[in-house]
Amino acid sequence: MLVAFYILGILSVLGALAVLLVPNPVYCALSLVASFFAMGAIFILLNQEFVAAIQILVYAGAIMVLFLFVILLLNLRTGEPFAVRWNVRRVVVVAVVLGILSQLVAVFSAPAAKLGPAGDYPIERIMKEGAVQIVGDLLFSQYVLPFEVISVLLMVAVIGAVLLAKRPVEGGPPAGAGSGAAPGPKEGA
Amino acid sequence: MIPVPHILTLSAVLFAIGVAGVLVRRNAIIVFMCVELMLNAVNLAFVGFAYGMQSMVGIMVVFFVLVVAAAEAVVGLAIMLQVFRNRATLNIDEINLLKW
Repeated sequence: MLVAFYILGILSVLGALAVLLVPNPVYCALSLVASFFAMGAIFILLNQEFVAAIQILVYAGAIMVLFLFVILLLNLRTGEPFAVRWNVRRVVVVAVVLGILSQLVAVFSAPAAKLGPAGDYPIERIMKEGAVQIVGDLLFSQYVLPFEVISVLLMVAVIGAVLLAKRPVEGGPPAGAGSGAAPGPKEGA
Repeated sequence: MIPVPHILTLSAVLFAIGVAGVLVRRNAIIVFMCVELMLNAVNLAFVGFAYGMQSMVGIMVVFFVLVVAAAEAVVGLAIMLQVFRNRATLNIDEINLLKW
């Protein structure tokens, strides 16, 4: 189990590094999907099959497909080579990232770090009742108010995305400043 | 039993890669992907803490973080479509004016 965790961890880190280094945005998106899949498998190792399922359905499925759609829709030129030349900005970036990383690792792996008292959900209970049932029970009892708020947030996001992405209807009021420069096909109305 | 510090270290490494991507890459969509990677690393840390503390609070936080990430991706990509229609570029060094 520990070996599987290390293999999946290395896979997810490799996928993330590909996002950082590969010039082509489509390859970046695909390697990010691979990284998300590896993280979903890690969630299964940690006995959280519900989180793993929504990780693969929502992240690797829905969100990354949306990214791929936008990349292909915009037909970006792929000429953004990862510059090998080291200017001041890149050195500063590497220093900042290494600082953040060392701080996080030092805090997380300090021997003084205690996790606090154990909660009500040991692994035996999660495996007996099932993570999906526990999450469902909590979601509709203790966390019902955040659940409703988050559903309103999702609806606002959908409406906002439609309003932002649509082309202005001809003869109608302009949808955004300066967007009349791109005459689109007639739609809606 | 997977040691919790190992899970947290993996999440820290993924988060650092995400930060580096946001700072280094110039394509706005790839910057956005790196933000998603950072959110995912934080999710992994939450699940690791929930695993170590035998609690379900971390799992609920992961659920809400995921919904917010989805909403953010939808709105952000719509903004990027509109920017690309107006400026015909997604290089974030060239998109440096709030109003044009």
